[in-house]
Amino acid sequence: MLPAGTFNMSYEQDMAIIRTRFQWGAFITFLIALFALPLYVSDHWLTLANTIGYTLVAMLGLNILTGYCGQISIGQAAFVGVGAYTAAALGHHLGWSAWATLPFSAITAGFIGLIFGLPALRVKGFYLAMTTLGAQFMILYAFNHGGKLTGGITGLEVERPAIGGFVFDSEEKFFYLIMIITIVMVFFAKNLVRTRTGRAFVAVRDNDLAAEVLGINLSYYKLLAFFICCVFAGVAGWLKIYHIGSAFPDHYPLMDSIWWLGFLIVGGLGSITGAIFGAVSYVMLLEWITILSPMLGNWFPGVSHQLFAALGLLITGLVIAVFIVFEPRGIHHRWELFKLYYRLLPFSY
Amino acid sequence: MGELAGYVITGISLGFIYGLVALGFVLVYKSSRILNFAVGEFLLVGAYVAWTARDAGWPLWATFLATIIAGAILGLLIERIALRPLIGQPILGVIMMTIALSVILRGTVMLIWGAISKVYQPRLFPAEPVQLGDIVIRQEYVWGFVTVAILLILFTYFFRYTTAGLAMRATSEDHQLARGTGIRVKSVFAQSWAICAIVAGVGGIILASITSVTLDLSQVGLKSIAVVLVGGLESIPGAIVAGLIIGIAEGLASGYIDPLVGGGISEVFAFAIAIVSLLIWPYGLFGLRRIERI
Repeated sequence: MLPAGTFNMSYEQDMAIIRTRFQWGAFITFLIALFALPLYVSDHWLTLANTIGYTLVAMLGLNILTGYCGQISIGQAAFVGVGAYTAAALGHHLGWSAWATLPFSAITAGFIGLIFGLPALRVKGFYLAMTTLGAQFMILYAFNHGGKLTGGITGLEVERPAIGGFVFDSEEKFFYLIMIITIVMVFFAKNLVRTRTGRAFVAVRDNDLAAEVLGINLSYYKLLAFFICCVFAGVAGWLKIYHIGSAFPDHYPLMDSIWWLGFLIVGGLGSITGAIFGAVSYVMLLEWITILSPMLGNWFPGVSHQLFAALGLLITGLVIAVFIVFEPRGIHHRWELFKLYYRLLPFSY
Repeated sequence: MGELAGYVITGISLGFIYGLVALGFVLVYKSSRILNFAVGEFLLVGAYVAWTARDAGWPLWATFLATIIAGAILGLLIERIALRPLIGQPILGVIMMTIALSVILRGTVMLIWGAISKVYQPRLFPAEPVQLGDIVIRQEYVWGFVTVAILLILFTYFFRYTTAGLAMRATSEDHQLARGTGIRVKSVFAQSWAICAIVAGVGGIILASITSVTLDLSQVGLKSIAVVLVGGLESIPGAIVAGLIIGIAEGLASGYIDPLVGGGISEVFAFAIAIVSLLIWPYGLFGLRRIERI
């Protein structure tokens, strides 16, 4: 609902994402604060911010596919890997510059996603979860056994992207690259779900048979959702590989696919804000566990060396389970309730 | 010839274990419409509990009994705490919950037993292989085969002749009608989870005695879900038949395709079969073709 005293008088006002002057002010302040971040935080936090950036891009894609179109995918990390390996192979074998590989990363990931999305035309729900899970295993198998093309288990090195003599080689420089691309992708995702396509996705999610009766071409929109999801994954993979500097099969594990899906629920499925909440809370939770586990290691000396891995699984799994039971609509829903609360503040009826 | 038969027999005994784990999965799905992605971790817990019992010097029957009891408790607890609040929730939440459960169980196993692989000391089954004509089979395979056969007979009896088994079948047909006839649907859910954890645990013991007790055992859970896809979600014979199909295919792939491509294809073979089979038979070989209405 709108803040008190604000009324929509025209279509443009009704459709505006940022509606009031205060919201514009807050938005611009946020952008300034975000881009000034390298001035007042350490490199470690910038690495986290960069990780949030490409995790967010991957989760936005997953959100469009799962949250809006209702097609479950447990293979997003592998599709991110496809984007990353496309960039790595083009850069490593053909010597292409990083900028030239970006569209190819996105498109290749998109088409690989289309192939694994094909079963979505005939099956849904659990069956689809399994085929995307199969995609995860098969794509990682291809990375591991791709011979010279993918470098096998030794992976591929890439050169850092550069504009003229300006090389993106530090966390700080990368921060700007990742944030700009992330903001563009958020903007794209936010607007995509407000178009005819986005509404068709929601219709397919809510009841695919009813959507078909309404004249929505089911197979077209399901495959389109897979394609868009994997294009986002490809962009995320491109960001990730140039951020890390090399491509390894182990960078795209099954657990990432699972955590992203889980934290979409924690953040709020089917909303772009929810994906942002999910990505931030996921990276922050992992960071917290990284800090926590050496401290706990002193108390449990017997298992200290695997404590991080074990605690990571245990705590993250518990967080997801607790959210599913107690707040299946995620942080986003709480945030909406909070907004409603303060907009109605003195008169809560 | 002996080589081929060896791969096939390895595949068959592996396939029986897949089928056994898949059977637990199908049971839970039939009674409560929940897809249990944690089935691989049930198997893991079973194998580790058996290791602890064996380590303490318990005899074979006591080891199995301990695993069965631990499985029953685990299944009942998980159903009560994690899944009963989710009755009526959308499918994604339920799927994600079982995945989260699998991760939590895995983390707990790592915390308790550590990540290093172990072997049963003393061995569960004697080391001398069995000679069948010119084919040599390890005893573990034979015992696995026998255990699965016994369990299958027990389940057939359970579902045909006992009240609890009939109640479970009635619940899988229709929850409302089952309640109408006085069946406690929630306790049927709990029983099906307990059975699922028990059969997965037994499968875990056999599998771990063939390889070793490691965290990688839970991969079998995911493979057995691929088995369920091929066999059909609602069909117990389907689970066994598809388990055999995938087990044999995997055995042959590890024998004949792996040397050509440098290993590892047998690990993903089950999923490849599942995806292809989904494109041809969307509801599995023996699954129910569902008709949806708006």
